[in-house]
Amino acid sequence: MTAYIIRRILVAVPTLVVLILLCFFLMQVAPGGPFTSERPLPPQVLANIEARYGLDQPLWKQMWDYLVGIVTRFDFGPSFAYRDRDVNDIIAHGFPITLTYGLISFVVATLAGMGIGVAAAIRHNTWLDYIAVGATFSAQALPNFVMAPILVIVFTWQLGWLPGGGWNGGQWQYLVMPVIALSTSYVASITRIMRSSMLETLNSSFIRTARAKGLPEHKVVWRHAMKPAMLPVVSYLGPTFVAMITGSVVIDVYFSTGGIGRAYVDSALNRDYAVMLGVTILYGGLTVLFNLLVDVAYAWLDPKIRY
Amino acid sequence: MKSTPKILAAMLLGATAATGSAFAAGTHPVTGEALAEQQVFTYRVLDEHSSVDPQIVEDVSGSDVVRDLFEGLMNQDAQGRLVPGTATGYTVSDDRLTYTFSLRDNAKWSNGDPVVAGDFVYAWKRAVSPELASPYSWFMELMSIENAARIIAGDVPVDELGVSAPDDMTLVVRLSQPLPYFPQMVTHATTFPVNPAVVEAHGADWTRPENIVSNGAYVLTEHIPNERSVRERNPMYWDAENVILERTVALVINDENTALTRWLAGELDRTEVPAGQFPRLQKEHPGEAISFPRLCNYYYTFNLSESGPEAFRDVRVRKALALAVDRKIITENILAGGQIEAFTFTPAATAEFEVPDVEIASMSQAERDAMAKTLLAEAGYGPDNPLKFEMIYNTSESHKKIAVAMSQMWKQKLGVETTLANMEWKTFLEVRANQGFELARGAWCGDYNEASTFLDLLTSPSGYNDGKYSNAMVDELMTLAKIADDTQAIYTRVEQEIADDVPIIPIYHYAGVYMLGSDVGGWPISNIEQNWYSKDLYKIAE
Repeated sequence: MTAYIIRRILVAVPTLVVLILLCFFLMQVAPGGPFTSERPLPPQVLANIEARYGLDQPLWKQMWDYLVGIVTRFDFGPSFAYRDRDVNDIIAHGFPITLTYGLISFVVATLAGMGIGVAAAIRHNTWLDYIAVGATFSAQALPNFVMAPILVIVFTWQLGWLPGGGWNGGQWQYLVMPVIALSTSYVASITRIMRSSMLETLNSSFIRTARAKGLPEHKVVWRHAMKPAMLPVVSYLGPTFVAMITGSVVIDVYFSTGGIGRAYVDSALNRDYAVMLGVTILYGGLTVLFNLLVDVAYAWLDPKIRY
Repeated sequence: MKSTPKILAAMLLGATAATGSAFAAGTHPVTGEALAEQQVFTYRVLDEHSSVDPQIVEDVSGSDVVRDLFEGLMNQDAQGRLVPGTATGYTVSDDRLTYTFSLRDNAKWSNGDPVVAGDFVYAWKRAVSPELASPYSWFMELMSIENAARIIAGDVPVDELGVSAPDDMTLVVRLSQPLPYFPQMVTHATTFPVNPAVVEAHGADWTRPENIVSNGAYVLTEHIPNERSVRERNPMYWDAENVILERTVALVINDENTALTRWLAGELDRTEVPAGQFPRLQKEHPGEAISFPRLCNYYYTFNLSESGPEAFRDVRVRKALALAVDRKIITENILAGGQIEAFTFTPAATAEFEVPDVEIASMSQAERDAMAKTLLAEAGYGPDNPLKFEMIYNTSESHKKIAVAMSQMWKQKLGVETTLANMEWKTFLEVRANQGFELARGAWCGDYNEASTFLDLLTSPSGYNDGKYSNAMVDELMTLAKIADDTQAIYTRVEQEIADDVPIIPIYHYAGVYMLGSDVGGWPISNIEQNWYSKDLYKIAE
């Protein structure tokens, strides 16, 4: 197992390097640059700015300086759009915000989704099951960019219970709507996966054996059915977790949370190369890490899997 | 000796009491309106500001913040007229090449340092220095300050800039050519002073709330990127006793409709009205939905360069297309926010500009359509040989609506077949700047309140002339306007030339369309550049 984990980490390094290279050159190919604006800069001014940021150097040199900066100084470069901040600042500010609401949403979505899913499977073909299935279908059909403004209309304008946006250091009042908006569709997906997987497990022969032995139903479900039924859910949770903690531009746009999702999209629109690369590396690193964790969790859940 | 700190403390307390709460729950000294207890103004901004460094800031929302934090030589009043700022006034030499500004002796930085002429010299040299590489250094070039262009190009050292401080209270500016609207330009953020010691001590980080020192009516006390920035009354400001508003908060809210909901919920004092919603909001919130002219135009430009389509080289085609656009439908049905139909490039609200009588403006739409049909037929286009071209615009819901409406008008009236293409902003700019288009959307907001800020765009050497229109007469007239005493006649001639040549299709002139709380006093509705100062605002008791 340890050897497997080390091997995976070693493979991750070239993966990330390829990711950086690909991202770096794709950005160069995109039309326009960081200083393309409605008021085109006089050539001399543009030249001055490019010299300031080293953009007048050949591409390989820019790439090399960038990598050297990361490795030697852990410096991910400057932001072209915001001069008083660099990439480290932007990530250090935005990522904890995204991590906070993402983590809470993940816990909410996982607990609610698995709970409802298991309950619906146990009470298969009862009114509880029908409500759960109906509600999850509607929740999935309602995208968060529709849900977010509706939440603001209801909770801020009509009821006056919650502030319409902002972060304020993550006070709970500011977290409620982002968490609802972000977790709802995930609750729905997890419920559906959990329900169908649990139904399948409950119909398998080893469960019939357990029941035949006369085990009480709660023991059958929690002791025997739960672990195998969770496998499809866990494989879904890995990428979901990364998606949730790396932020949602929709949440940042509608609730002005100031998270990293918005910064990432902005960096692409602004051609803010270093910010874009920095966030891509962060996302890439997290994806690699959580895929590894999911594989390790698999081995724990399913004794048949060996690395 | 022992009692000195106590006396000092008592004096400080007294001073704070005198300046701090002089107005809270009082009445406005001029209008006599009862003032609210809480003097806080909260408004929505679309995006995070680019910077609050006067020499670097390039966006409108950033400039709004900078105008509160720093004070330039001159300010604007509610009508947009020049009023003294850090300078009490200025004199001009007979050859109109030298401006001498006298600074007030009681102006202070927020750390207590006096504001001296040297701070302006430092800031202006900073604006043109290739080392800082300010994206707005071109503005100093536009101001015609001696040697600005050569310094930016790196040919001459920064110290050669035509600005000097013979003493602490006097600033002398030398121009390379007379410029009638030069004094207007010193209300622009790029020309605001900075405190040299603070900039040198903190480098690029000097604008952070913990480091910043400013000379305006407010100081930056909080800045949370992509969430909000807060500025509070500066007790060191020379006119602090007349500043009523205690605090101004800018909230970043990307989505226009969410911002409107939050305005309705009472979280904001000001927000923009989304296109098309103005009539409804005006009915539901009389007096709070406001619309007023802005110094911006909206147009489509023909590509007249080598790469442009053959058809557009025929003035009859261009004119037919311009005639057939029913601007009333666009301003009244699509935008519906008090925007003004445009038949000239320069907005009517521009200072000292009178809209000339161009033929197309005085016709009815039916007459325009009839003329358009005739012209296009004369040019050889008709049902057997329809005119076809592509029009591009940057991705946005309202640009799309307008483009669709225009192409429908052309299709129905003239049988013209247009293809619409929307592009992401930077891609769009790149394509337009390199003449990779046939017909492209354009918009321009004045850098200063004078017609040349618009008309210069259509001269051959202009870097913003993306359609590559070239008319020797226009070029010559615009050069003449720089030194002429009476510019109105010249601008009328230029607009006439443009109306005859139709290098662009003017669509409408902008309106500022806001929801503004009825308890906000002093909003400068008549300032067409919308240069507003928090120090002139106040909250009325409800």
